[in-house]
Amino acid sequence: MIEKTPILDTLTYLFLITGILIVGFPIIYALIAATLPIHEVSMVPMPLIPGNQLLVNIKTAWINGNLGTNLLNSFIMASGITIGKITVSLLGAFSIVYFDYRFRTVAFVSVFCTLMLPVEVRILPTYEMAANIMGPFQGLWDLLHLNGIVGWIVGHDIDVRLDWSLLDSYTGLIMPLVASATCTFLFRQFFLTVPEELCEAAKMDGASAMTFFRKILLPLSKTNIAALVVIEFVYGWNQYLWPLLITTNPKMMTAVIGLQNLIPAADDLPYWNVALAGALIVMLPPVLVVLFMQRWFVKGLVEPEK
Amino acid sequence: MGNEIMIKRSVFTSRTLPYLLILPQVVVTLTFFYWPALQGLMQSVMRSNPFGGRSRFIWFDNFIQLFTDPLYLKSIMTTFFFSACVAAVSITLGLFIATMANRALKAKAVIRTMLIWPYAVAPAISGILWLFLLHPSYGVVSYAIKRWLGLDWNPVLDGGDALFMVTMASAWKEISYNFVFFVAGMQAIPMSLIEAAAIDGASPFRRFWTITLPLLSPTLFFVTVMNIIYSFFDTFGVIHTMTQGGPGGATNILVYKVYQDGFIGLNLGASSSQSVVLMTIIIVITVLQFKYVEKKVQYTG
Repeated sequence: MIEKTPILDTLTYLFLITGILIVGFPIIYALIAATLPIHEVSMVPMPLIPGNQLLVNIKTAWINGNLGTNLLNSFIMASGITIGKITVSLLGAFSIVYFDYRFRTVAFVSVFCTLMLPVEVRILPTYEMAANIMGPFQGLWDLLHLNGIVGWIVGHDIDVRLDWSLLDSYTGLIMPLVASATCTFLFRQFFLTVPEELCEAAKMDGASAMTFFRKILLPLSKTNIAALVVIEFVYGWNQYLWPLLITTNPKMMTAVIGLQNLIPAADDLPYWNVALAGALIVMLPPVLVVLFMQRWFVKGLVEPEK
Repeated sequence: MGNEIMIKRSVFTSRTLPYLLILPQVVVTLTFFYWPALQGLMQSVMRSNPFGGRSRFIWFDNFIQLFTDPLYLKSIMTTFFFSACVAAVSITLGLFIATMANRALKAKAVIRTMLIWPYAVAPAISGILWLFLLHPSYGVVSYAIKRWLGLDWNPVLDGGDALFMVTMASAWKEISYNFVFFVAGMQAIPMSLIEAAAIDGASPFRRFWTITLPLLSPTLFFVTVMNIIYSFFDTFGVIHTMTQGGPGGATNILVYKVYQDGFIGLNLGASSSQSVVLMTIIIVITVLQFKYVEKKVQYTG
């Protein structure tokens, strides 16, 4: 920088390396533990020289933790949430920014309000909603005493039950988490910065609204979409409370939740090597996404604050 | 939010298209947001009959019961203490590492790569990693605590130890998030300011306290809010994998208590009124944040 401070510079790098080691320590340690056989991992302190059991431990974790199915479920859930959120919010933001209609402000404000409430604070009612997505209609049906009316018309007693459960389904895992305003808000902010002239020119050339959206707006939004893909994929993959609630069928379990079964209980043999091998595999996909798309990710993370 | 800033001067005209475009968002928001929120509000002022039949309207009895329940009050205290600790630990470390990284001009990209990835680790997985490190019989960190500090360590029985354990697992993950924001914030500080101070003979430490830190205060505020929201809600996975709220409710934070009372205890009214309390808390935080951001915009613009 400006002045020469050799001592401080050395200290800086020293502290930096210490900092990186402290932050990296839990992973490095887990990585070593995952390569050890059971009798070494249960020594105190555990040897720090990696063993040769990594593949064996991964295989055991894969089978005991049912990782094949779980990873696929996680992948479907995370991709579904990512694609769903981005599609819904691109279209919504386009509608709010590029059209003038009566309920525009209402639509925007009502969507904007959802910025505030993560699924964690409304779990129970959202769960009931997912347990029977037709619930509101059933309520309406009962309120209007339609059973009696229809029964009278048809001529015999009937009982209509509107029942459609999203429990233990991909739709149930994905849809409630698609309901979020963050992406809509970000795309709206971005669309407002797109030069007015582009739209004018497109209209002059006789382009329809959807042509303008596809040919001009989408290509311009590429970096924003990339940033949101990273953030939403990580968000979707790491979901915990919601999948825990709505999946009871082991075939629908997500990978992060399935890891719980690998943690050795107090009376079990301490198979920490297997548990940690499983944990490392499950954390790999989002970590890779973040590392490989780092540039867009940092941009997407920091930009909304401004 | 005036109309003039919300809309482009040049717009497309169509009778049905804008409604079709916004429809998916509105449908999803209504079904999974407004309807459940309304249900939650209604249940919070009702007493449900466990044997079926009609629920009864009971005004604010659920809330009165909630705020006179010592367990709930304890949970509130635990949550505030826990989130303050998580924020303090992760902000201090994140700021410290970011300051160092900002000085190290040569290896910025490499340093960022090496520090950024814990962000992608699920809170529940962070819980598993730290559960092993702090395991009373096999953990290496707990070994160090017992051996070098000469302290007793048993998070399975001791509430304080358990709280320390979930704090570490939650804060570790947030260091990298804070780091990214602090580095971005420091890069936005004009070099000329720091150079001018250096010419006047201000030492690097003095420059940090009198220039960098004050100019970083908006970032610091934002990061604090995000850390608090994180430790209030996203740490559910950490608690669930590490302690399940125990021992003796020592790590039973509000969001975990909603889950316990609602899904394990099946107490609909109590769980709903707790949800309403949580909603209120997060609305207050968000409104405060927007107020502050608005002020900041007026101040600089």
